[in-house]
Amino acid sequence: MAILGAAFTGEHQGEGREGHSPTSDPAPARRSDAACYRVAGLSKKYRTGRRVAATTVHANADIDLDIRRGEIFGLLGPNGAGKSTLVRQLTGLLRPDAGSIDLLGHDVVRRPEAAARLVAYLGQECGALDELTVSLAIETTARLRALSAEAARRARAEVMEELGLRDLAERPIKKLSGGQRRLACVATALVGDRPVLVLDEPTVGMDPVARRAVWAAIDRRRAESGTTVVLVTHNVIEAETVLDRVAVLDEGRVIACDTPGGLKATVGDEVRLELVWRGDPPLDDPTVALLARDAVRIGRRWTTRMDPATARELLAAVTAGPAFGVLDDFTLSTPSLEDAYLALGGRHEGLVKG
Amino acid sequence: MTTVGTPRSASREAPERGVPQADLAPTTPLWAGLVAVYRAQLSRTRVSRVPLLFVAVFQSVGIMILMRGVVDTGSDSAREAVVAGSSVLVVAFVALNLLAQHFGALRAANALDYYMTLPVRPAAVVLGMAAAYASFTLPGTIATAVTGALMFQLPLANLWALLLVVPLSGAALAGVGAVFGLLAPRQELATLLGQLGMSAALLLGVIPADRMPRVIELGRDLLPSSYGVDAFIATYGTPDWTAFATNLAVCAGVGVAMLTLATWAFRRTSRG
Repeated sequence: MAILGAAFTGEHQGEGREGHSPTSDPAPARRSDAACYRVAGLSKKYRTGRRVAATTVHANADIDLDIRRGEIFGLLGPNGAGKSTLVRQLTGLLRPDAGSIDLLGHDVVRRPEAAARLVAYLGQECGALDELTVSLAIETTARLRALSAEAARRARAEVMEELGLRDLAERPIKKLSGGQRRLACVATALVGDRPVLVLDEPTVGMDPVARRAVWAAIDRRRAESGTTVVLVTHNVIEAETVLDRVAVLDEGRVIACDTPGGLKATVGDEVRLELVWRGDPPLDDPTVALLARDAVRIGRRWTTRMDPATARELLAAVTAGPAFGVLDDFTLSTPSLEDAYLALGGRHEGLVKG
Repeated sequence: MTTVGTPRSASREAPERGVPQADLAPTTPLWAGLVAVYRAQLSRTRVSRVPLLFVAVFQSVGIMILMRGVVDTGSDSAREAVVAGSSVLVVAFVALNLLAQHFGALRAANALDYYMTLPVRPAAVVLGMAAAYASFTLPGTIATAVTGALMFQLPLANLWALLLVVPLSGAALAGVGAVFGLLAPRQELATLLGQLGMSAALLLGVIPADRMPRVIELGRDLLPSSYGVDAFIATYGTPDWTAFATNLAVCAGVGVAMLTLATWAFRRTSRG
């Protein structure tokens, strides 16, 4: 059992970018306030079902966003929140029903092909490359980004060195483990140096070493070339660690957009109390009954937010009373981005911690 | 306090005039894109070359063995039709059927997004893939034609003609396969259409044309693979090079039309 003061600080150092704290100044030296993406009134709906059962679903609705040049901007939300739809619109893959997308002065709605000349996109899957070797997949992508044969070979060697992929060079991507496969796909996105990277969950399945290599590579591009990164994630730890700003999506809408610190401030002074029971908690105990009323209960885990004094009081009562006998673990922590997300009215399912 | 987006006074206006546009990276030249896609696709056969060759050749040789017991082996035209039809069947199996399945699978997995977010022309992707699939078929077609010639006592002298028959009938059939794969509303339908196309090439290709009822003959005329078969038949006995060239010209024409249609379908598919 442990009381965690500043939540997750240890994990941040291990999994995120080295030397970058979410609470420090998020603006790197070369970042400017000029817009990279200016999105206004973006909406997309589609119909599902047939005839009488037909319904209209809003994939996204009235989305306004400004993403600044050189920042790492996150899109956070659970599955089905509309992150991937928005990303497909930003990359010119999906035409919105209404709204505008300006990318570095180019109208992506009217000329989607401009996005392909400015943006490197990493989707959730890279099935088109699965049967190629790592080396050929990267080189082919570089060639398709209009690099000459020699420049493509050079760029391939550089990115493989940077991400530690040399030993996997001649292995077909589909024969790699999940994390290695993802790393190879990230390499295809990084090759050819684009000013904008749109990455849909780039580090999913990766071990900490690979994650660090990816974030170091992204940081280097940002420092040297002012690269802008749009990152889709439903991993709150990663979001807190690496993002300069984050838009929180829920049911196709942006429900908040701020720095991770700013979003966490929405929760105010409240702290999070988590209790994990090993057996059935005694509901006749008044403290347990009070907690049971307010807590979000997932299996044996109860989570609730409250002011610090009340939390300490309740925790003292639980640990001193009969409930302690069936208590397996507890944590008392400062608010995370997940708490902010819940406080903003987001649904609690689907976000990942770690 | 949180804000939704960054506040702007007029959020619906078109992109501001006077905002300096970033320079766009160059687009990939058609030929460079085609070669890159072709090379990447061809590398896939390193893994599946042997099973693919085996299945394609085994199927065609099996059909020739079957037909040996059915057709009149004393008739030159019947023997030529069986061997030429079985040889071109390898092209139909790979270029039409497997390419339709491949495009269907890529679409179902949103894998075409990869190409659509690169500055490469759709024509380069379609042509590169079609050319690669057509190339896969060459060894199998030659192996079938040689086996068939030995089995049915046909000359091997003009086997070089396959170097023209395979790419041109391959272009036509890969074009049809790409159209099936890209236009079918569901992956299963792409597979079904690919299988049906190959079955049609099998049934209408290996049976001698002069034995077919009129209606079936019309169907044969509509099938692009028939022109590849007829071109190959024209090289046997006393070669009829005019018929050879005419039939290959039809293949080339169908190839151009189908690959153009496939390119359009690729663009349409990917823009959602």
